[in-house]
Amino acid sequence: MSAMPEAAITVDGLTRQFGDFTAVDAISFSVAQGEVFGFLGANGAGKTTAIRMLIGLLAPSGGRASVAGFDVATQSEEVRQRIGYMSQRFSLYDDLTIRENIALYGGIYGLSDAEIATRGGRLITELQLDANADSLVASLPLGWKQKLAFSVALLHEPRVVFLDEPTGGVDPLTRRAFWEMIYAAATRGTTVFVTTHYLDEAEYCDRVAIMVDGHVAALGTPSELKAQFDTSTLDEVFVRLARGSGAAA
Amino acid sequence: MNQALVALRSFIWKEIRHILRDRQTLVILLALPIAQVTLFGFALRTDVRDIRLVYVEQQPDAATAELRTRFERNGRFTLIPANPASGSIAAAFRAGKADVALVIAPGLAEGIRTGRVAQMQVIADASDPNTGSTMQAHVLAAITAWQRDLGGRGSGVVIEPRIRMRFNPTLESVNLFVPGLIALILTIVTALMTAISLSREKERGTLEILLVSPLHPWQIIVGKVAPYMILAFINVVSVLVAAWLVFGVPFRGSLALLLAGSTLYALVGLSLGVLIAASTRTQLAAMLAALGGTMLPSTLLSGMIFPINSMPAPLQLVSNIVPARWFVEISRGVMLKGAGFPELWLQFAVLAGMFAAMMSLAIRKFSVRLD
Repeated sequence: MSAMPEAAITVDGLTRQFGDFTAVDAISFSVAQGEVFGFLGANGAGKTTAIRMLIGLLAPSGGRASVAGFDVATQSEEVRQRIGYMSQRFSLYDDLTIRENIALYGGIYGLSDAEIATRGGRLITELQLDANADSLVASLPLGWKQKLAFSVALLHEPRVVFLDEPTGGVDPLTRRAFWEMIYAAATRGTTVFVTTHYLDEAEYCDRVAIMVDGHVAALGTPSELKAQFDTSTLDEVFVRLARGSGAAA
Repeated sequence: MNQALVALRSFIWKEIRHILRDRQTLVILLALPIAQVTLFGFALRTDVRDIRLVYVEQQPDAATAELRTRFERNGRFTLIPANPASGSIAAAFRAGKADVALVIAPGLAEGIRTGRVAQMQVIADASDPNTGSTMQAHVLAAITAWQRDLGGRGSGVVIEPRIRMRFNPTLESVNLFVPGLIALILTIVTALMTAISLSREKERGTLEILLVSPLHPWQIIVGKVAPYMILAFINVVSVLVAAWLVFGVPFRGSLALLLAGSTLYALVGLSLGVLIAASTRTQLAAMLAALGGTMLPSTLLSGMIFPINSMPAPLQLVSNIVPARWFVEISRGVMLKGAGFPELWLQFAVLAGMFAAMMSLAIRKFSVRLD
């Protein structure tokens, strides 16, 4: 792979309005290749709107954003080919088997049958799902489903993977295992853009952006943020930022 | 192979798996048409054997007695005694004790002798219209035969049977149902099933994943629609076979033309289903919209059951935008009249126009993606 000087994600003044309401107000940041970037915010802070613009589900009202080197507004086709996405809702098909789900997503992303067979086989072995490969996804426990969904989102080796609250409703042990998978992906060079409600998970990120009322209220490594707000936990940082916004409003 | 085709192929495979895996729905979809045809076939059976006839002689004479004997000996009729008061005829109908009444006006023998007009009235219980009209036809046939046998004696006599259908003045022949039934079944399989299957993806969030993927809206739509197209095709063929076996419904025209018409109509239904799914949020809403928006008009306003030219003018106008109306005209034309493309090009053109309009609207709705 050639050197990629440009950032994996560049966001510059990105804005989205719904009528009079500005859900995302001119946010700017950039994410390096291979970075694990946490995107935090209370409900309604605009993080879902922002992520939807980045993955091409929503057109920006202003500003620019590029993902994997392509503009999200004008080159969405190129962007789509290079990103993976896992939504907060479970994103595989319950009534298909594990193998069939893998074949489907591989096919959609244009992998050859041979590639699907090798990568799919590797994926199943890594997740220790060999015995269940031909059973319906519906029969898996939620934690396994989420891990499988993440692996499937990485099947086409995207440059950037977007995870929208991937660990909702999952037990702590599985969350831990899930984050190990995220690290492994980042180590292989994949940029991970993850939203979460769990502040302890934010600690695992290389850098964190906290959104409040459509703005990026804080941005930095977890230790930078804690130093900036002079506290020992990100939780405290988050609460202070969110409260501050509440008082202002 | 082209990447777009690879993607499409895996998508269609997924859809086929969804369909095959939901055994219950599949069995219903495959068996329903055959069951419907069979039910219609038996429910609308028209070989009436035992007709209960109220024979009313308002002024008995030799001729009325002769005619009575003919009915008694016919084998098809059971005569029910009744007093001439017309109220008792209606009562017998309501109680389900009689099927047809024959009321003979005074002076039948006199009329035959002098060559004057003799009047009689045939009243049939048409709450089941097909049976009603069949029974009435049998009564008329018996009268006509008697009239013919009168020979010289009856020459010049005019028997004027005045026919009244009680309870249901609209008459439909059984053969008219089957072509309409094809329309109904195609509507269920295409509009309803695509609307449900697409809105299910929307509800579960998998549609979002598909929209984020490199799949184009057209690939998603074609992938959704193709398997149901196959299913619809199987349904049309099975309805035709069942109709032919159960009823002996005639098939006068070109099978290829009917299948072409069915394919076009299925495409209209499928694009309607996609449109419904794109405009509704939940599976339930999509289902209700599909039921209300397609099945009811297809049943009531297509001419399948109620003749369009007997509808009030505003409804006749509305029926023009009901795709089923045009398809029923095609299927009836081909099956019953042996009509060819020269007679049916307008119907084909209208359906093609509807398909083009709805499909482009559906693709537009999807291209806007999710909001």
